[in-house]
Amino acid sequence: MTTRRTLLAGLAALALPRPVWAEAGRPAYLAAAQLPDGSHALFGLSAQGETVFSLPLPARGHAAAAHPTRAEAVAFARRPGTFALVIGCASGDVLARLTPPAGRQFNGHGAFSADGTRLYTSEVVAESSEGRIGLWDTTDYARTGEWASGGIGPHDLKRLADGRLAVANGGIATDPTDRTKLNLGSMRPNLTILTAEGRVDDQMELSAEMWPNSIRHLALAPDGTIAFAMQWEGDPAEAVPLLGLWQPGQSPRLCPPLEREALAMRGYAASIAFSGDGRQVGLTSPKGGRVQVFGADGTAAFSLARADVSGIAPGSQGFIVTDGTGVVAELGDNRLRPLSSGPRAWDNHLIALV
Amino acid sequence: MRTSLLALVLSALGLPAVADVPQAVTDHALPGFAAFATATAALDAAAQADCAAQAVQPAYQAAFDAWLGVSHLTPGPLEDQGLTLAIAFWPDPKGLGQKALKTLVATGDPAALTPDAFAQQSVAVRGLFTLERLLYTEPQDAFHCTLTRAVAADLAAMAALADAGWRDGFADELLTAGEPGNARYLSPAEARQALFTALMTGLEFTFDSRLGRPLGTFDRPRPERAEAIASGRSLRNVTLSLTALRGLAVALVPDSPSTQAAFDRALALAAGLDDPVFAGVADPAGRLQVEILQQAVDAIRVAALAEVGGTLGVDAGFNAADGD
Repeated sequence: MTTRRTLLAGLAALALPRPVWAEAGRPAYLAAAQLPDGSHALFGLSAQGETVFSLPLPARGHAAAAHPTRAEAVAFARRPGTFALVIGCASGDVLARLTPPAGRQFNGHGAFSADGTRLYTSEVVAESSEGRIGLWDTTDYARTGEWASGGIGPHDLKRLADGRLAVANGGIATDPTDRTKLNLGSMRPNLTILTAEGRVDDQMELSAEMWPNSIRHLALAPDGTIAFAMQWEGDPAEAVPLLGLWQPGQSPRLCPPLEREALAMRGYAASIAFSGDGRQVGLTSPKGGRVQVFGADGTAAFSLARADVSGIAPGSQGFIVTDGTGVVAELGDNRLRPLSSGPRAWDNHLIALV
Repeated sequence: MRTSLLALVLSALGLPAVADVPQAVTDHALPGFAAFATATAALDAAAQADCAAQAVQPAYQAAFDAWLGVSHLTPGPLEDQGLTLAIAFWPDPKGLGQKALKTLVATGDPAALTPDAFAQQSVAVRGLFTLERLLYTEPQDAFHCTLTRAVAADLAAMAALADAGWRDGFADELLTAGEPGNARYLSPAEARQALFTALMTGLEFTFDSRLGRPLGTFDRPRPERAEAIASGRSLRNVTLSLTALRGLAVALVPDSPSTQAAFDRALALAAGLDDPVFAGVADPAGRLQVEILQQAVDAIRVAALAEVGGTLGVDAGFNAADGD
């Protein structure tokens, strides 16, 4: 729990020299989990899936963002998010509690600038679901401003190598109190590139029959291709691609799975990542209990069954995946190899530190 | 062979064949797949003997009946080999099955109908729903005759593959969950979870698709969307699927009175419904009856989640039930 005492300790800690990741055990990944007693925690994991640290969270987390150098993680609450916590991973102190300005809600994800001086958060205007990118100064995690995200209901966002931001504007307007989807008949997602100054630099929309396919999560290829994972809000019996690839400036390409796998994901991709060697891209579906792997060119490669699988991140070669049964596994050439397991349910996302 | 293998496995586990996963495997899944393999082999034999629609229809109906005994058992061979869609390509909102059949007929190439070639065709043109078209709506001519035989042989081959896959591997994987060398199920709880998920997914499919699709909305009922209308099986499929799912639930948790009562109530409603293809959803009185049946299926889900899931110590899944 964030007590007044730990928060005060955290504020004091912001004034001191800030520990770097080596001082927090050099985790390779961050992931939130639910523990057997119903409480929640943020874990740091080694490349071999072992726990490096485990720190309490006050509520179910969604995703985390890791500072590029300092041992600081921002844990975002589930949508509609009223708070995010900056956690000092070396000490376990809560360094700051981020609260969006009046009328704004966090929408699940965030990213740091390359130099670590700024934090970007995906947000919505609560009443309209219009997207915003919140800007925070990481010296003291003070709010410094906001930009328009270029669409409705932004969810994931990623910093590109050149400093621009890619934002998945999922297109879904939600009720500010209970996540009820309000505009499924008229949604229109896009993928927007914002300059480092917050100007819309490029924007990609799919053709109209794909507008019910909410663009929600992103992964970046070494060559600058942006892979996007979607969640289908149309007729569940319709088999639609859940993976797309986009090189800004070009047309997007949608990548269907193997025909016999057409409905295996149940229209829902939870997380997306490129493999460690950059040659493959993987999607998870806890609803389908399935991981689908494609070549970096979007050609369907193979798929595997794994109950409640959701987190996926690059491994040394292939991928690391996490699931709701507490398993961390390596996903390689058409097989899963368990690395660790424990009494916890891993939450949606596995975040690689870079 | 099968019995001795299982007996060996069970004694190695030191478990009596009375509880959850072993019971579901021995009493439910293995006999179900064996029956499906037998029924599709009979269908194949009937089609090869006489491809006239009327001659094949009884064996077709029996094979579809047998499919409903196992169609919910997707973990294992059905899922690994991508057989579910190839056996039963429904729902098909874009009419891909009809289009693929039309293309195949227009090509008229018998070389596409050899067993190896046909197994490579689109899943939309294989399986029970293409055979339904061939036996109940398509014209009868020489090419259709060859096609009927190809689809029937392909179905029998897929059923044999699924049956063998269960007998010669997957049943063991369920029964040895958590043992060293079992890469699929890392703990006994994972095997229980897999079968429980199959139960819940089967109930959802009947709720959402078999009943939900023809119901549509009150303002726009969609009777034309019912399953297997041409062969007159829409309601029968609901009944047989619920019967099979009841068998799985009882095998998993024999002491599950609320769940069994909920199944029995839905099955009684289905038995009393005089609307074999849900044509009645188009008028308010008929619609109400199908809605009541759908609500009864929902009541099974609620009961099974609490009672069967609770007893097995599993649930719908931390992430699967959440969304982002």
